[in-house]
Amino acid sequence: MPKLTRWYIKFSLVYLLAALLIAVMLAGRTLWTLPAVLAALSPVYFHLFMVGWVSELIIGVVFWLFPTLTSEKKRGNEALAWAVFWMLNAGLLLRVISEPVLTSAPWAGGVLAVSAVLQWLAGMGFVYLTWGRVRPPRRRRKS
Amino acid sequence: MSRPKLMIWAVRASLLYLALGITFGSLLLFHKGIPYAPGAWRLLPAHMDLVLLGAMTQFVFAIAFGIFPRFRTEPRRGNEKLAWGALILLNLGVWMTAFSPYSGLWAGNLLLAGRVLEAAGVLAFLIHAWPRVREVVIILREKAPDQGEAR
Repeated sequence: MPKLTRWYIKFSLVYLLAALLIAVMLAGRTLWTLPAVLAALSPVYFHLFMVGWVSELIIGVVFWLFPTLTSEKKRGNEALAWAVFWMLNAGLLLRVISEPVLTSAPWAGGVLAVSAVLQWLAGMGFVYLTWGRVRPPRRRRKS
Repeated sequence: MSRPKLMIWAVRASLLYLALGITFGSLLLFHKGIPYAPGAWRLLPAHMDLVLLGAMTQFVFAIAFGIFPRFRTEPRRGNEKLAWGALILLNLGVWMTAFSPYSGLWAGNLLLAGRVLEAAGVLAFLIHAWPRVREVVIILREKAPDQGEAR
């Protein structure tokens, strides 16, 4: 299992835990009163689950198991693949930090916009990297 | 693992939906941070449908079609026409649902038709995949004495 896949899987498990902890907090609103900042965590919960957990797990496994390109450049441009990893996670974490405080902190709007750009770049990078690895099997030459 | 044509087409389609769905989602998130277009929120249903059904569901169907246990006799992956039909219905449904908010007076009807097509696509895939979800017994043959050690 390549190092990048291991990082994706570990991060995705942490995101799953974080998403479920937020879900517990939100579900307990009938028992305790949440400050406005925490009560606005619903979109954060959903995106930690879908982007952080589901998507990162899939991306990590795709990077590992999809057909390789050549014997030298097995999984394509690895530097770009790492850049995708960091942009996706930075984008997601900036969202987690800025979205709940959007109404009360003026700086949060700009951070959220940066988060949008980072996640978009990561998504396009992943599509670009994966596209070339989705192809029919090569025919083996008879020697 | 062999890679059937349907699997390749569906994975590529799911990547395109992902690109479009993420683009819509990023436009929405950017707007939430720095408002620039009052109508941006109309992208939300398209963002959700493109990512959840167009990209993720279709990706799962494609991989399932490729790797689920095969039959011993042809057609080894079961009814392939049904699987193609499932993906065509799902794709039509996604497009109709995702872009229904922009169809004016027809929006409600288009949304309903899109949802019906999506459900029909999922039903068709369920019928295709059901018999392939089964226990597989792998029989390992003992090596003949003259074969020697494996390299």
